[in-house]
Amino acid sequence: MTGAILIGVAAGIVAGLLGVGGGVLFVPALVILLGLDQHQAEATSLLAIVPVAIVGTYTQDRYGNVRRDDALLLGLLSLAGAVAGVALANALSGEVLRDAFAILMVLVAVQLVRRASSDPSASQRSEESSR
Amino acid sequence: MAIGTLAGLFSGLFGVGGGTVIVPLLILWLGYEERAATATSLAAIIFIAGFGAAAQGLYGNVNLLDAVLVGVPAVGGVVIGTWLQQRLQTRLISLLFAAVLVASAVELVLQ
Repeated sequence: MTGAILIGVAAGIVAGLLGVGGGVLFVPALVILLGLDQHQAEATSLLAIVPVAIVGTYTQDRYGNVRRDDALLLGLLSLAGAVAGVALANALSGEVLRDAFAILMVLVAVQLVRRASSDPSASQRSEESSR
Repeated sequence: MAIGTLAGLFSGLFGVGGGTVIVPLLILWLGYEERAATATSLAAIIFIAGFGAAAQGLYGNVNLLDAVLVGVPAVGGVVIGTWLQQRLQTRLISLLFAAVLVASAVELVLQ
């Protein structure tokens, strides 16, 4: 249980920092630490993400980083996709879903490495801090 | 429109917010800079994860107590993370997090 709480804090920090990392950490934590099956873990992760996203958005909005019109449009347009995705997940077996999720985690890792090695603003910031 | 639909599908299927899809597409297709992309993505995720959780609730898969157990500590974490993002360069953290993800993926499959 302590592990789950710590993972929660870590997932929140990474979500705020990188904009990724809520669910991609929640799902394996719920399976590995709390013993949920893959379907339950994914469903529970979605619910856990909501308060994190609300608070993260509120703080980012205070820094002036949120483009509200685009966010609202994106969010509302996602409804059909989200319902279809949930139906698809429930049509798949737990094993298939778990293996697909593991592949997803590796792809997210690859994407993070690519972003880290090509992000011009990050290298600019590192130059500034090294001066 | 394509970004919203794709992100929703992805989020519902995998139980993640969809930031993995939204952030790079906002940067590549709409020319967002990284901070605006992560911030706008978080705001869209409120709706996406909300819809997904409601749909999963209808299948009886949502475990409320466990959602609170990881979700509430994460709220504290996200405030810290957002604060840090304004002050740090995130390259090293991205690389560390990538390593954590690969290790967790292996653990998940081997379990």
